[in-house]
This record gives sequence, structure tokens and C-alpha cells, in this order.
Amino acid sequence: MMPDLGKYAEAVLSSYGVSIALLVVLVWASLRRARRVKKQLEDIESKAKRDG
Amino acid sequence: MIALLVRDLRLAMRAGGGFGLGLAFFLIVVTLVPFGVGPQSELLARIASGILWLGALLACLLSLDRILALDWEDGSLDLLATAPLPMEAIVSIKALAHWLTTGLPLVLFAPVFGLLLSLPEPGYMPLVLSLLLGTPALSVIGTFGAALTVGLKRGGLLLSLLVLPLYVPTLIFGAEMARRGVEGLDITTPLLMLAGITCGTIALLPFASAAVLKVNLR
Amino acid sequence: MNLNALWAYANPKKFIQATDRVLPWISILAIVSLVVGLVWGFFFTPEDYRQGSTVKIIYIHVPSALMAINAWLMMLVTSLVWIVRRHHVSALAARAAAPVGAVMTVIALATGAIWGQPMWGTWWAWDPRLTSFLILFLFYLGYMALWAAIEDDDTAADLTSILCLVGSVFALLSRYAVNFWNQGLHQGASLSLDKEENVADVFYYPLLVCIAGFVLLFIALVFLRTQTEIRARRTRALLARERMG
Repeated sequence: MMPDLGKYAEAVLSSYGVSIALLVVLVWASLRRARRVKKQLEDIESKAKRDG
Repeated sequence: MIALLVRDLRLAMRAGGGFGLGLAFFLIVVTLVPFGVGPQSELLARIASGILWLGALLACLLSLDRILALDWEDGSLDLLATAPLPMEAIVSIKALAHWLTTGLPLVLFAPVFGLLLSLPEPGYMPLVLSLLLGTPALSVIGTFGAALTVGLKRGGLLLSLLVLPLYVPTLIFGAEMARRGVEGLDITTPLLMLAGITCGTIALLPFASAAVLKVNLR
Repeated sequence: MNLNALWAYANPKKFIQATDRVLPWISILAIVSLVVGLVWGFFFTPEDYRQGSTVKIIYIHVPSALMAINAWLMMLVTSLVWIVRRHHVSALAARAAAPVGAVMTVIALATGAIWGQPMWGTWWAWDPRLTSFLILFLFYLGYMALWAAIEDDDTAADLTSILCLVGSVFALLSRYAVNFWNQGLHQGASLSLDKEENVADVFYYPLLVCIAGFVLLFIALVFLRTQTEIRARRTRALLARERMG
């Protein structure tokens, strides 16, 4: 299953690891902020509607 | 325009010697370098031109926020904006005043500081020439940065972050020219590039600075 | 498609509706092509005879470097659109793209350093391309810091877009200055229309898939983040109105 990476296994694996981790963090942060801001806006809009 | 220049210069003199501060900072940098890298004169001779350029750049950077901040605080910038002078001229004058008070003294004293760092003999002319050509660009670019951050309460650190990347081309060509001078190589190419950058920034960047300042004064 | 119809999406509501419709598809496509490209590249490509298995880093290094530059180009275009036509969505899209571009730059730098260690014998060399990327990263930092520092949305949009224009010119200048300053270790372009110069086909096709994946991921993230910025802006406006009356 795992390809034989030879003596450079560390370099290849760590660069994949670092990059994928960074991408995941970026996506996660974007999603989290998107969700939070969306909810906040909806709260305010519904409140504004209620108040007239 | 001349009146504005004279006024800026006079203010700079009065405010604790605008000439002195940048120069003193430059001197301190030059004094600290041997403590950091050791006193061997061969080593110092090799890095002298680069250190002098870096010191000049940092001394320039340090005084940037004063280009516009004082005028912004006491409202004279608003007055200037309503004056018949175009904003581009105002920012150019401001940059010129900054250069006269910080850049020019650095250029004049650079040979003395070169002595302290045992700069090799053939290096003096190219070093002074490169600083003379390069520091106006530093002032003009710095004015752009100052215009960007003028409305901010704690703009100082941000100003450095914005301006330093813009200084890269000037520093590269300036230091390269000084280095080649030290090694006795041909300095024509970096000289032309440096002059080109300086002319380009002086010609074009005031428009950007003026636009930015107008936005900030809105 | 009529290009003028594109301006309709400058309306924030329309933009959110439209992107909401395409966002799931783009995200799925991005994930699929990233997984396919990276798995293909990682498990099913041979080793390079000179570089050994480190050649597999190319599937991350090249796409992220490409996107680091293209993100800045996109910001340049949207900044220009904001200056000329004053569409808020455009300015906010530039703001949304900056952190993505910055992360791409970091990935390109990190993978470059990890790759450089076994190949050039050093983590970091002041090679022109590495140096240029470091400078590009500084530009991203300054741009984001300026956005964060200014409270008024329109002022921030104006100032950052001018910074983006000026920064682009200086970034280009730095690129050439750096080239002049130090000749590098980097190999020539790994991708170009000139087939002779290209990397071998075995590496080429998975690389293309990876690039497509990174592009799609970038688009999806920018859409999502632009939506967020639009909503955040609207929230601030509503809160301000509430406070006023």
C-alpha cells in the first residue's frame, strides 16, 4: 500500500503533512467564521423585523 | 509651495532637531554593529556598505510617521487640502522636506560612519552616490506609507510593515552598487537601475499618496 | 455569455444567491480533484531518477506557488474594479482572498524549504524565487494588517486597493531586483507551453489535476469568505443603524 519513499520519506511526508494541515486549518477557520457571521446577521435581522 | 517647504523645514528644526535624530540613530546603529559581529576590521570592511545602507533605511523609517502626523493632529492638513495647491504637490513637498531633514544629512555623514566601519578606500564615492540617489526614493515611498496610516491611532508599527517591503528594490540596487564600489567592480548597471527606481517613484508615487490622503481626509 | 451580465453579481444579494448555488458543486469538485491528484501523485507515480521520492512534493509545491501569485493577481483585478466601478463585493472579494493567498505562500515556502533540505543541502537559501516569495508574503501581511486596522469599511477598501496597486508594481520590481541580486538554485519553469521544458508526462498529468484542485479550492474559499465579508459588513451597518436610532 504505502509506496517506498526511500531515504527521503521524512521530507515527503512532512511536506504533505504540513501543507494538508495548513489547508485544513484555513478551510476550518473560513467555515467557522462563515457560520458565526451568518448566525449573527440572522439574529439581528430577525430582531429588526420583530421591532418593526 | 516654497512657503510650505520652508515652514516644514522650520518646524522640523524646532521639534528637537529633525536633522539630529535620524543621524543619531544612524550613529547608534553603526556603533552597535561591531558589538554584534565582532571588531575584526576585515569582516567589518566586507559588510560596511550593507550596514550603512540598512542604517540609512532604518533611520529614514523611524522618522516617517512625523511627515504627516503632526499636521494631521492640529488640523493644518485639512487647511492645506482646501488650499489652491494640488494634493500631489503637497505630498511631494512633504517628501522633499523629509529628505532634506533626514536623507541628506545621512548622505553627508555616511563617509564618516564608513570610517568607523573601516569601509575600504574605493568604496566611498559609490556609497555616497548610491545613498544620494536612493534616499529620495525612500522618502517618497515613506510619504506614501505615512499617508496610508495617517488616520490611525497606532500607525507606527503598521507603517513599518507596509513600507519595508516597498523598500526592497531600492535597498537591493543601492546596496549592490555600494558593494560593487567596494570591490572595485563596474557600478553602471545598479546605478542606472537605482536612478530609474528613484525617478519612477518621484514621478508616479505622489499621485498614489495624494489619492490615499484624500481618502483619509474625507 | 454576455460579459456585461457579470456586473449583475456586483449586487451583494445576487452574489450570495449565485454563489450559494454553485458553492457545493465547486467544493465537491475541489475535494475530488485534490484527493485524486494527491493520491495519484503520492501513490502511483515513479521516483525521479535524480531527486528520488522528493519529486512527489511537486504536487503541492507548484500548485500552491501558482495560487499564491494568482491570488494576488485576483486581488489586483478586484481592487481595480473597486476603484473604477465601486462595487462593494469586489473590494470584499479582495479582502477575502488575501488570507487564502497568504496561506498558499506559506505552503509554497514550507514545502520549498523541506524540499530544499535534501536537494540543495539547506533549508533556506537566498535564491531569487524563495526570496521573492518571502517578499510576497510580507506584502500579504501588510495588506491584511491595513484592512484590519481601519474601521470604516469604505476607507479601508480604498486604501487597501491603492496599496494593492502600488504593492503590485513594487512586488514586480522586487522580483527583478532579486533576480539581479542573486542567481538562483531553482530549476527552470516546471510548466510551460514549450513542451521540451516540461516535466515528464508521468508527473505532468497528476500535477495538472492537483493544480485544478487548488484552483477550485481557492475559488470555493474566496466565494465562501466573500459571503462572510458581505454578511459581516451588513451586520456592522445594521448595528450602527440600531445605535443611531
